[in-house]
Order: sequence, then structure tokens, then C-alpha cells
Amino acid sequence: MYLIDQHTKKIMEECKEYARAAGLTFNDETLEYIVTNRDMISLSPKNMIPTLYDYWVHDVEVLKEQGKYKLYPHNPYETVINARPAISFYNDNNPDWLNIMIFYHVLAHIDFFQNNILFENTWNDDFVGLALADKRLIENLRSEKGRWVDYVIEFSRSIDNITGYFRTLPKHLSKEKSTSLSKLHFYFDIFLQEILKVSPRLIFKEIERYNSIGHTNQELAESVFFSEVKTKYPEFNAKFENYVSEEPAPIDIMDFICKHSPFLKKQENRWMQSVMTIVRNTSMYFSPQIRTKIMNEGWASYWHDELFRNDKRIKGHEVDYARVNAGVTSISRVGLNPYAIGLRLIQHIEELADKGKINVDFQKINEISQRDKYNKKTKKGKETIFELRKNFSDFMLINTFVDQDFIDKNDLFVVGKRVNVEKGVYEYYIKSKKAEDYKNMLLDSLYHPPYIKVDLNKTTDKNLYLTHQFEGKQIYKPYIPDVLIGLEFLWGGSVQLETTEIISAEKETDNESEGYTFRKVLYTMKDRKIEKTNL
Amino acid sequence: MPENIYKLYKKLKNRGLSPDRLQIIERELEYYNRKNARNRLAEIEMEAISGLYDANDFELFIGIIKNNNFAVSIQTLDDLLERDKKREEDGFPRKIRIGKFIKPDKYKKEQIVVVPTTTEPKFYHDNATTQKEDETGGSGEGEEGEVLGEQQIEPTEGEGEGTGAGQGEGAEHDISSDAFDLGKMLTEKFELPNLKTKGKKVSLTKFQYDLTDKNRGFGQLLDKKETIKKIIETNILLGNIDENNEFNAEDLIVNPKDEIYRIMSKEKDFEAQCVVFFIRDYSGSMQGKPTEVVVTQHLLIYSWLMYQYQNNVQVRFVLHDTEAKEVRDFYTYYKSAVAGGTSVYAAYEFVADIIEKEQLAKENNIYIFHGTDGDDWEENGERSIAAIKKMIPDLSRMGITVAKNAWTSIDKTTTVENYMNESGLLKDKAELIKMDTFSAEEATESRIINGIKKLIS
Repeated sequence: MYLIDQHTKKIMEECKEYARAAGLTFNDETLEYIVTNRDMISLSPKNMIPTLYDYWVHDVEVLKEQGKYKLYPHNPYETVINARPAISFYNDNNPDWLNIMIFYHVLAHIDFFQNNILFENTWNDDFVGLALADKRLIENLRSEKGRWVDYVIEFSRSIDNITGYFRTLPKHLSKEKSTSLSKLHFYFDIFLQEILKVSPRLIFKEIERYNSIGHTNQELAESVFFSEVKTKYPEFNAKFENYVSEEPAPIDIMDFICKHSPFLKKQENRWMQSVMTIVRNTSMYFSPQIRTKIMNEGWASYWHDELFRNDKRIKGHEVDYARVNAGVTSISRVGLNPYAIGLRLIQHIEELADKGKINVDFQKINEISQRDKYNKKTKKGKETIFELRKNFSDFMLINTFVDQDFIDKNDLFVVGKRVNVEKGVYEYYIKSKKAEDYKNMLLDSLYHPPYIKVDLNKTTDKNLYLTHQFEGKQIYKPYIPDVLIGLEFLWGGSVQLETTEIISAEKETDNESEGYTFRKVLYTMKDRKIEKTNL
Repeated sequence: MPENIYKLYKKLKNRGLSPDRLQIIERELEYYNRKNARNRLAEIEMEAISGLYDANDFELFIGIIKNNNFAVSIQTLDDLLERDKKREEDGFPRKIRIGKFIKPDKYKKEQIVVVPTTTEPKFYHDNATTQKEDETGGSGEGEEGEVLGEQQIEPTEGEGEGTGAGQGEGAEHDISSDAFDLGKMLTEKFELPNLKTKGKKVSLTKFQYDLTDKNRGFGQLLDKKETIKKIIETNILLGNIDENNEFNAEDLIVNPKDEIYRIMSKEKDFEAQCVVFFIRDYSGSMQGKPTEVVVTQHLLIYSWLMYQYQNNVQVRFVLHDTEAKEVRDFYTYYKSAVAGGTSVYAAYEFVADIIEKEQLAKENNIYIFHGTDGDDWEENGERSIAAIKKMIPDLSRMGITVAKNAWTSIDKTTTVENYMNESGLLKDKAELIKMDTFSAEEATESRIINGIKKLIS
């Protein structure tokens, strides 16, 4: 691993100028390294962080059949790592024109890392440096404690996808704003519907009243609205206060175990807390990356295309570029390519904003030709995509902007896989061309770990009680005992997990009337033995 | 296989068959037909389909293909195994698993790589239970319902789903080296009983200690001739000896390093030879699980032999349906496609024939491992038994694995079991012939390994 030569570095610096001129913002300093395939082998299990702590599983590496359970979305590693300065990797025989293209791609990644608010918590530190310190600490501990260090790493890693990442984010949201939001939410969703149980007609009436106030006076809408509520339901405020104070704070199990485990609190086990913290911080560092894969790749692809096509250095290499670019950003006939989808969405959004289509009036139009023709010439495209890059995650991007226009424009569809018994084959077929289905398919393939929290009422020093918030999918069963055995060790007492299982109802006939029943179950791990009871 | 499978079918039918047997035979025929029909179809084979998190900049831009073959990065398999053993002592389940065949590269031809693997269990959502079908994205022309491509459920070239053999063209591959590692893990992990303590000749390799190795500078016995040669050599280099003139031995300089000694060393002595026949039923009824189980078991046995006997075992591979054939290497053996009907005797006679013709029994221990689902078109097994009886004097051990397929209930005995039991061979020659029966559907890795233990106990 060595730095790129001066000639190539000069190209990089030129690229930075063009990128800045186009509006991208990033720190001045960057480091570019040449890596060999051999380097890659040792770097990729460590997510390209050369200084990440050593762990034996990295050596064995998880060789799961690709996509078998779609269980193992490993942290995406990048050409660029989000360090200070940002580090990027190359191989040494790229021609200059290709380097220019890659540099633009890389610079857009750096811009994304340094501006998207999901990365907020990574802005203040250099992770490579932190990781090095952590690695040394772990090495040190290992020389004292031997393999027990690896057990603690292993058990910590078994829950490192449940870190409460999002809870650490919304610092910048002002408190006032969030409470007033929830006051409205409380009024409509809970107060009217659950406490008063009023008729839907009345709720709609109230919503209409709120909207009409909002039209005339945006800022004062809420206070005006609630002043009337107060006269109508004098008990509202008290109920609301009650509700706010009652709402339990969500608990991140990793943090909770680290801070409250009676076992870890013992003097001789304190070192384990440091190990847990290292594993947790590492996972936190990668969290924004895996939640912005489509955004990030789409953004980088958008800019390498935009910048390189307008760069005079492309001259003579237009065809070469077109080939490489097509390889990266063409939409697969079957399969999902985050580069392609991200790029198309960003271009789609830019066009929407340029024509002023991102507003309520446009959304009300149903007629296709009218929708097509609609053009307010607002030219807000660039501004909008920069906003997008600042504030959006993959989920928000897909949930907000995958619509029928987008699907139709790019000829997208959902591909289903079914068995053809006659021919003894799996058939891949076009299952749906509806935006709704396509959106759900995309959302379903996004990284989404289960939400599991600590039940404080049922947890004691002798027993850790976890509850899984069921979201329509059960937890992958074969792994449950393995995880719980580790948690039992970390807690120093039995561990229970309350979760929901899906039982497919007996199929009596051949017609595929899929029926599921749900059953609440409780796993208990005690003395390294697992037991399951129905609740 | 030509159409004589139908002739055989007709012959058997004319002789009269019980409805059960007819059903079994017809099912196999159906597989055979279906497979032939399928081969005739021009198919669009789907490439591996990528999901959202599969692509990355390295593959797409930098030109460095993510190398998934981590077998290369494992430098200390011993350490890993040692660590795994410790886990048990510490009261945690073992984590390193074996015998998984992976296809490391979706772009290249399929490869079989045997590596230790492990998983990192976490709480994950399980998509499998709620999704009726796998879904992914796609684009381009076409209407809803249009079929874009097909992928075989039962691959033609290879078999076994997922964990079994790969499909595709037989890329060149040296399975032996991987098998060696796997064997090493097996002996250490499961402590299989040693074949050599049971065979008729005690050991395959014998170590002898002799003063055969040479060492410079020190040792047990000075080798005078070699030492003088070395001294002359040194002095030629130093210019003390001129080839045209006489020289005085006293003028020669003796470097202590020139003294050549003989030292004790371990010598391998191949005493007993050993030939192992692997026989696999690859008839239609073996499709899916039974094949996977048999192939896995044979791979494990093979790996273990490779390790234990350091490649000194001669291994022969025989496949059979209604006819038997020998294939040249394990790779072909393991990848070959499911074909027609079942006649066990064909294989036994074939092997007996080889043993006789090549006079193998004279100098070798002979071991036979046979994997089948227990179906046999020959109901009374007359010819099979005859063939076994013919081989018995030459055998050191014959191990038959019956991996029952899904439609055979576990308490119902199969044809092969029936005639083996009736023949009394399992009792009379208990030392030489072992049979192990289990349901292929429920066979786990540990069950398969237990099966091996049973066969070679």
C-alpha cells in the first residue's frame, strides 16, 4: 500500500477544483493509496479500515451462500473511507482518463460523507486513528486475558446491529419543534381516537379545521388551533403532559448491557466494557453508510457523470467513458443495482424540481399528458438535490420519490421467482409494474435489523428481559440461541427474549391460500440451555 | 444411456410387479424423461442475481474483483481449530463448521472450495417465512406475467441444492488439496476411529528410523567418503587444487562445515496398499437430498482418507444407475448428473470385475463405500448378493449408506435393506459389511459423520 504518484495527485487536485466549482464541499486534504489484490484480501473483511481491531472471524470470514436468506448485509465497503482526511484506494494501472472519472466519483462520496446528516456523528473524529487506538487496546487486553477477549468481541458483535443508531442522531432538531409535532400527533392519533373514541367524521372535521387555519396563518396555526381545543376539552393539556412523561425512553440493548450488567460492573470484568464500547462504536460508525447505500452511490454516479462529461479532459475518451459508465449505472434486467437506482432517482428528482413538480398542485393532477406537460420552470433542480444529499437516507428517498412516473420512465418492474413444476425450473417473471409494489420490494430489501429493547419492568440483576417489536417478520430462529448464550455471559444471569413467531396455517388444499398465524413465544437462556415457551 | 432402460422396464413389468414397486420404477422413469425433455429445451440460464448490497466501487471501477476466496487468507487453520476446541471447554458451542462447498465467484465458472466456515449469529429478520416468492427488481420491456428467464431447480450437471455440488462446466479444479484440509479438520474434530486398526494389514505407512539423512558439521556418524568429496570441492574453489598437478593432502584446508555426518531420520515405508471404491447410485430417485447426503458423506470419507494416508490411498469412483461406469476423479464423481433407473448389482458386479481383473486383492486392502436411497429394480437382489459374496474374501470393509428419500417412510425398509437383511450377510460377516440407514431429509452434518463412524467402526 503506497501513495499515488505526483502526476496522479495533480489530476486529483484539478478534479477537486472542478468539483468545488460545481458546488460540492469537502475538506482540502485527501489521501489516495494504491492497493493490490493481496491488500484487498486483508482489508475487505475489515471494511477497508486498515487499523480495525483483529478478530478471528475476519480470518475465517462468513461464507454464506449469496442471498440465501438475505441475512447478511455486510457493511458496504467503499473505495473511500470516511476518515479525516478521507482515504481512497486505487489500483496502479489505471489510465489517466479513468482516474479522472473515479476521482469525481470519489469526491462526490467524500462530499456525501461530510454533508449528509446521517453521518453527523462521524464528523468530529478520524475513525482510522480511533480504530488504531482501539486495536492496540484490544491487543493489550488479549495478551492479558487471552481468548476471553475474543468471546467478549463475539458476544458484543452478536448485538452490534441493535445499537439505537437513530436515537443518537436528532440532536439538531429543536426540542420545541419536536414536542409541538407530537402534540398534534397526540391530539389526532391518541386523544381523539383512543381516549375519546370519537367518530371518524369528527376527526376529519378537526383535520379540516386545522388545515384551514394553516392556510391563512402558517405560523400561528397551532396555537390558534389548540386554543379552541382547550375550551372544548379542558382536560387535553393534562392528558398530554401525562402522555409525554409516561412515554418510556427507548433502550438500546447494547448500551444498556454495557452500562447496567451486574457482571460487567465487577471490578475484574471492567475491561469488558471497553471492548463492548469499541465494538459498539465501530458499528455506529458504519451505521450511516449502510443506510445510505443507494443515496451515496447514486450521488457519486450522478456527479462523476455530470463532472466528467463537462470536463475537457474527456476528449478522445468519450467512448471509453460511456462503456465504463454503462457498466456501473445500467439498470439490470433482473436484479437491483444501487448505482443505477440511485442515479435515476436523483436525476428524476432534479427534473421534478426543475419543472416545479414537487408541490401539492402537481400531485393532484391525474391526467398523464397534463402531468407530462406540467412545467413551472422553477429551475430548482440542483438546489433540491443538494437538499436531498444533506437530509435523506435510502428509506426516505425510496419512500418519498418512487412513484409511477419514475417506474414508467425507466421501465421498472418487480421480478418474481416461481416454480414451474412441469419443466422443473424456477421462472423469473414480471410480477408487477405498479409503483406501490416496486417501492415495497425496494423497501423490503433495505437493511433493517429487528427492533429489540430491554423491558425494564421485568429485568432484574439475575434476569435480562428483552422484547422484540414485531414488524411482520420473525427473527431468524437458528441464530437465537447463539445470540442469547452470549448475552447470558455478558449479563451474568439468565436472558429472556419475547418475540413473535409466524406459523403458516396448515394448507389443506393445493390452492395457495397463504394463511399465517402469529404466536408470541418466550425464549429463556439459562445456564447455557435454551427453552421456548408459548405466551 | 440408450433406450435399454425401457427394455428393462418392460421386462420387469412382464415378469409382474407389485404396485409399490411399479410406482417406484415409474417415478424414476418419469425423472428420466423429464430430464431428457429438459435437455432438449433451449434455456436462458439466469445469471446470479445481485441485490442492493452486492455491488461496490471496487468491482465496478477499480477493477479489483472482491476476492471471496478466503481460503487463502487462512494461514493458521491449526490455531482456529485449537480455538474451536477451547470453546467447548469454556462451555460455548463450537463455531467452525466444515464440509460446506461454496461457489466463490459468480462471474467465473463454478468452483468447489472446501473451507472452514463460520457464521456470526445476530438477530436478523427472516424473510423466508413471510415471502411467498423471492422478489427483486428488473427493467426493460415486457408485460406483467412475462417470463424473463429460467433457472433449473435440479441442475443438470451437478446436484444437491446449495450446499451440494456446483453446476456448470467442469472447470479444472484440484479438489485434493482442499480435501486434505477438510480431512485434517475431520480427524481432529470428530476423532474418527482409524481405519488402519481395523484393516487386515495393520498399517499403511510405517516409519523406520535409519541413519539416512546427511548433515553438515555435526551428527552421529561421519560419512568419510562424502566428507572427502566436500573437502576437495572446497579446495578447488579456494584454488588449492590444480587439476593438472599433484597436491599434498596436508595443504588442504578443512572447513568444519565440510564434515558430512549421517543422522537419524524417519523414513516412510509403504507396507500395505489400500484401494477404496466409492460407489454412488445416481438414478432418478436420488434427486435432491439423497444425492446431497451421499455426496457429502463420500467427500468427508475421501477427505479423511486423503489426510490420514497422505495421498497413499488409491481411490476409484463408480457411478451407477441401471449400468455402472467408472469416472476418473472425485470431481466428476461428485458432479455427475442424475440419470435413469436403478440396478445395484450392475455396480457390484462391475467392481467385482475390476478387483478380479486387476488382481487388486493380492496387494491391497479393499474398501467399498456405497451410497444409495435403497431403491433397486431388482427386487430380490439375487445378483447383488451374488456379487457381494464373490467379493467378500477380498474385502476389508464394505459400507453401505441408505439415505432414504422423501417419499419412503423411515420405518419402511427399502429393497436394498430387505435383501441385505435376508441374505444374512450383515450378521454373518458383520466385521466386513456394515449398513447404515437414515432419512436423507433429516440428515444433518453430524448424522452424516456418525454414519461414517458406523461404517468404519
